Amino acid sequence: MKTFKIGGVHPEENKLSSHNPIEILPLPKVASIPLSQHLGAPALPLVEKGAKVKVGQLIAKAQGFISANIHASVSGTVAKIDDITDTSGYRRKAIIINVEGDEWDESIDRSNELKKDITLDAKQIIEKINSMGVVGLGGATFPTYVKMMIPEGKKADVLIINGVECEPYLTSDHRLMLEKGEEMIVGVTILMKALNVNKAIIGIESNKMDAIQHLADIVKKYKGVEIEPLKVRYPQGGEKQLIKALINREVPSGKLPIDVGCVVQNVGTAFAVYEAVQKNKPLFERVVTITGKNLKKTANFMVRMGTPVNDLIEAVGGLPENTGKIINGGPMMGKALNSTETPIVKGSSGIVIMPEINACRIETLNCIRCAKCVSVCPMGLEPFFIAALSELLKFPEIENESVMDCIECGSCAYICPSGRPLLDNIRLAKNKVGQIIRNRK
Amino acid sequence: MALLTVSGSPHIHGDDNVKKIMYGVVIALIPAMLVSFYYFGISALILTAVSVISCIFFEWAAHKLFFKGKTTISDGSAIITGILLAFNVPSGLPVWMLVIGALVAICVAKMSYGGLGKNPFNPALVGRVFLLISFPVDMTTWPKPSLPFLTTNFTVDGLTGATPLGIIKEGLKQGHTLDTIQNQLPHYAEMLFGQMGGSLGEVSAIAIIIGGFYMLFRKIITWHIPVSFIGTTLAFALILWLIDPTQYVNPLFHLVTGGLMLGAVFMATDMVTSPMNPKGQLLFGFGCGVLTILIRVWGAYPEGVSFAILLMNAVTPLINKGFKPKKFGEVIKNG
Repeated sequence: MKTFKIGGVHPEENKLSSHNPIEILPLPKVASIPLSQHLGAPALPLVEKGAKVKVGQLIAKAQGFISANIHASVSGTVAKIDDITDTSGYRRKAIIINVEGDEWDESIDRSNELKKDITLDAKQIIEKINSMGVVGLGGATFPTYVKMMIPEGKKADVLIINGVECEPYLTSDHRLMLEKGEEMIVGVTILMKALNVNKAIIGIESNKMDAIQHLADIVKKYKGVEIEPLKVRYPQGGEKQLIKALINREVPSGKLPIDVGCVVQNVGTAFAVYEAVQKNKPLFERVVTITGKNLKKTANFMVRMGTPVNDLIEAVGGLPENTGKIINGGPMMGKALNSTETPIVKGSSGIVIMPEINACRIETLNCIRCAKCVSVCPMGLEPFFIAALSELLKFPEIENESVMDCIECGSCAYICPSGRPLLDNIRLAKNKVGQIIRNRK
Repeated sequence: MALLTVSGSPHIHGDDNVKKIMYGVVIALIPAMLVSFYYFGISALILTAVSVISCIFFEWAAHKLFFKGKTTISDGSAIITGILLAFNVPSGLPVWMLVIGALVAICVAKMSYGGLGKNPFNPALVGRVFLLISFPVDMTTWPKPSLPFLTTNFTVDGLTGATPLGIIKEGLKQGHTLDTIQNQLPHYAEMLFGQMGGSLGEVSAIAIIIGGFYMLFRKIITWHIPVSFIGTTLAFALILWLIDPTQYVNPLFHLVTGGLMLGAVFMATDMVTSPMNPKGQLLFGFGCGVLTILIRVWGAYPEGVSFAILLMNAVTPLINKGFKPKKFGEVIKNG
């Protein structure tokens, strides 16, 4: 079975919610829809306090090339546009809507009927993806249409679909592949048409055999789409690692997948593209896993953007007594939240509730130079060395250590027997080295 | 509701920690320790116990006097230093000398640099070499391993003899040929199981190999250093032996005698003082092997493993600098 070549770890999978079908979460009372749910510039609000909005209505417009439209996820009245704490932990602008009923914009096709025929041409598809506010749903939330616009002089020959879901605990992509498999595959064919490629490979880790079999049956009907089972290994969902694993091409340092002729999209994104293009439905809801060892039950919910995390927690029986940490995303790369009022956004693939005993780190000891961090780094860096230089604030020296290649997967800090905060120091170094590079330009 | 913890990712940690690694090494040392108790009897037991206890005590004391915060004695590294130091001395060594060795090993070679992980040299070896230079007579008086539990004649320190390497070196110096010297040596099978003069822990190659495989299985060490160390020693010895079998001893002899096995498996693989990159580790082992033979054959001492490892420890930072891992995306491949 294929996998990437260097580094990687295998954390306990803990896919507790893999058998929970997707349920629709009841609407929140108030939805707080952040203007910055994507990588790039925040969207510009188009509504004012007191405005009535429908589900799917454009309420904030993309600003600049790397940005994304934001649509109302609920119907009701705009209460205010105010600063709220979002998943980043910073206070940022959001449109706060008091929910009244559930009135959808008429242009959205709400039927469950599968629409296979693609009527739009490549340019129209990309335009549609842009206007519907589709962003990468794997977690990085990079605006999808930007990835689909191939720069002059470059050519894509294969589309790679990321169904790896290598993060422990998370199962939202897994459930989506099982329950919306065919829609997702149609989404893949739409992306293929937009990119003008005739080959797509869907990489799925072998701990999701049911999804692999299910999709393998479906793709028999779709020319050029292949399913590739992959050995379970973190961080296989990293773009560069996935390309290496599937087609053995190595994206050069500082370059993008398109430089080796690929475009990578997540399965959730493919499904969102299907809904946007075939059903005219903007991206205002997504599958979110809520899971944790101490929860009464786990679940996969279809959640409207802007729903407070608390609503999901209540739906699975409330927060356990000994909760120490709430993570937006997976436990390897997700962000710890400081409030249960934080809204679900486009990049929220899951909410992981961790008990107190797991929420604290192990004691930090001296580096014993065991080189485990070096052996697990999927980018072939020397995490101990970068972190040590970072502690000494020697940022100019760190630039030579290719620190900007770090994908922040956290394998180094995960494996370190001395419990050293390697990734914390490397993040600091990346930030500082990034500043040095920008200042030079 | 209690406050939520907020910290950077990753939010989970693998189940590895320093204690597990260190106690893994301690477990791997047990077979060789049992063999030393078996052959050298109560004196081995006393020396090992004294060494371990003094190492732990000196680490605790150094911490109390010069460091702030929690002591690190529970991490198990002082136990390893203690056992390895005891493994590297003859069974007849006066206990007070061993305590001095432990003081040097822990306080000079380890704590003065900042404790576990910061020391450039293997502490047990520094302790051993300090003793060898300070008390050369006591450190080279080798009570022959008897079988105290089997014989009625319970004279632990009664018989003394040189190590096989010592016998050869002395013999050659006095102008004997290898043929005549070899009659004084134990058989290979005896040497393999530890029936020869030597330090506590180095006598049984089999027991050391068992410990080595345990560490490989637990992924505490990799094969690179032991294989390249032993391989280089054998290859170098083989070349010499092929040139002149009357002057240079059979390579197998180098393998089973002296501290080669102990050094290659337990001392050279110390992660703190050996290179981090597999290629660097191969070079490190190669260097250790070459230096070992150079010292054994032409040096002033009959045994060279400790010096070889310490010398290679000194160049470890250089090796680390020279051997970087291959970065992802460094070489552009298409296919």
